[in-house]
Amino acid sequence: MHEMSLAEGILQVVEETAHAQGVSRVRSVRLEIGQLSSVEVEALRFCFDAVVRDTLAQGAHLEIDAVPGAGWCMQCAQTVPLAALYEACPRCGSYQVQPTAGLEMRVKDMEVD
Amino acid sequence: MCTTCGCGAGETRIEGEHDHDHAHQHEHEHVAADGTVYRHVHAHTTHSHAQGHTHVHRHADGSEHLHEHEHTGEHGHGHEGHVHAHRHADGTVHSHQHGHGHGDLHDYDHGETHEHVHAEADLIDFGTGPAGAHAPGMTQAKMVQIERDILSKNNDYAAGNRVRFDELGVFALNLVSSPGSGKTTLLIRTIESLKGRLPVAVVEGDQQTSFDAERIRSTGARAIQINTGKGCHLDAHMVGRALDQLGLEEGSALMIENVGNLVCPAAFDLGEAHKVVILSVTEGEDKPLKYPDMFRAASVMLLNKVDLLPHLTFNAKLAIEYARRVNPELKVIHTSSTTGEGFDEWLAWIEQGVVAQRARRADSIAAMKGRIAALEAELARLKR
Repeated sequence: MHEMSLAEGILQVVEETAHAQGVSRVRSVRLEIGQLSSVEVEALRFCFDAVVRDTLAQGAHLEIDAVPGAGWCMQCAQTVPLAALYEACPRCGSYQVQPTAGLEMRVKDMEVD
Repeated sequence: MCTTCGCGAGETRIEGEHDHDHAHQHEHEHVAADGTVYRHVHAHTTHSHAQGHTHVHRHADGSEHLHEHEHTGEHGHGHEGHVHAHRHADGTVHSHQHGHGHGDLHDYDHGETHEHVHAEADLIDFGTGPAGAHAPGMTQAKMVQIERDILSKNNDYAAGNRVRFDELGVFALNLVSSPGSGKTTLLIRTIESLKGRLPVAVVEGDQQTSFDAERIRSTGARAIQINTGKGCHLDAHMVGRALDQLGLEEGSALMIENVGNLVCPAAFDLGEAHKVVILSVTEGEDKPLKYPDMFRAASVMLLNKVDLLPHLTFNAKLAIEYARRVNPELKVIHTSSTTGEGFDEWLAWIEQGVVAQRARRADSIAAMKGRIAALEAELARLKR
């Protein structure tokens, strides 16, 4: 979904940080993307390469750390792995599962000159 | 443009605003050490100066701040932190210290709105020190820790909107659905039913045209249209600008009708109290599973056009079951804008929200008054 907006959001964060730190070139950017965040990683890479053109992050490598989905199952009263938002608890089959991890969309760090 | 949904930046229009966009350029004044004044407009890009100098920023309200710094290279000049005060368009003043790079950190928009991005205090530099002070032969590359949400800028604007709503006791709802679910018709009946009970204002989001805002205005309610152009969703900044135009009434309800899209609006907080998702019975009952993000983000689902159920094979029970798979907490109301079914419950829910929001405001005013009284008592004691 809206990968272009996300790519622009990443560039904003990167540029703000770079200018605050007096950085002239960004070599790589590392993201944390949760598996439940509905981000299409390939589309995001494509959009990122497009939006960083003519910026200090031009040509920067995009590293993406995937965060597995997890949820709190109210029936089992414990954290269970969750592959999609609409999936049942893999232990008990209940849908009373609140996602607790895997929704991340964060810029973690970047390598700069 | 977004490869998935056609979303892209630019082309946003808000009724009542000038057509030109100031967001990417600003005018400012530099006074060099020798007294020369440079006044220039420049775009959102880096620029460099040949030598160290003192310079002045003059804001739209006439306030100024002055600072000195040195430049060495071709980089967008990050300079030493300094303290300065800003007066915003709404009259609030805040003072803060920060180091910043010109041009880019200040997304200046003098005169109309003032977007100011604070330098992050939580930046931790894992490098070996400032570039240039490294040991010979070592790479100058370093890691900069960021740890910020990709949508942090939107979330900052949303927080700003939320403060405005809280200060005025406004109960704001973000209405989301596919195109054609009957959002606007439902809104019109809602506004007409609340006439004399509760002031309602509307922000309308569509890619193009102001048809919807005109329909809302024909009920007598205040409405402002946002055209997102290529964009597939409203963001918090657009809504903030629309609020400037609209003017909020104390203790009112604000309905933000988002662009008809079950995907992108889920991720963008506008500062609302709740998202309300509208699913009409002429759609598929499996939509909550096809578009789980939206049903998870919403607090209430209006199952709309239920007057048509006798003519359809739509399984309402199954649709609700699917929606609660994604969001076990979801409140569901069956509505029909034609017959008025479910409106008592829907209107009562809105009114409860408004009452709660007004109460929160009253509490914060009472707390503030208490604090003023305490400070005055302290002052009186000190004077004695």
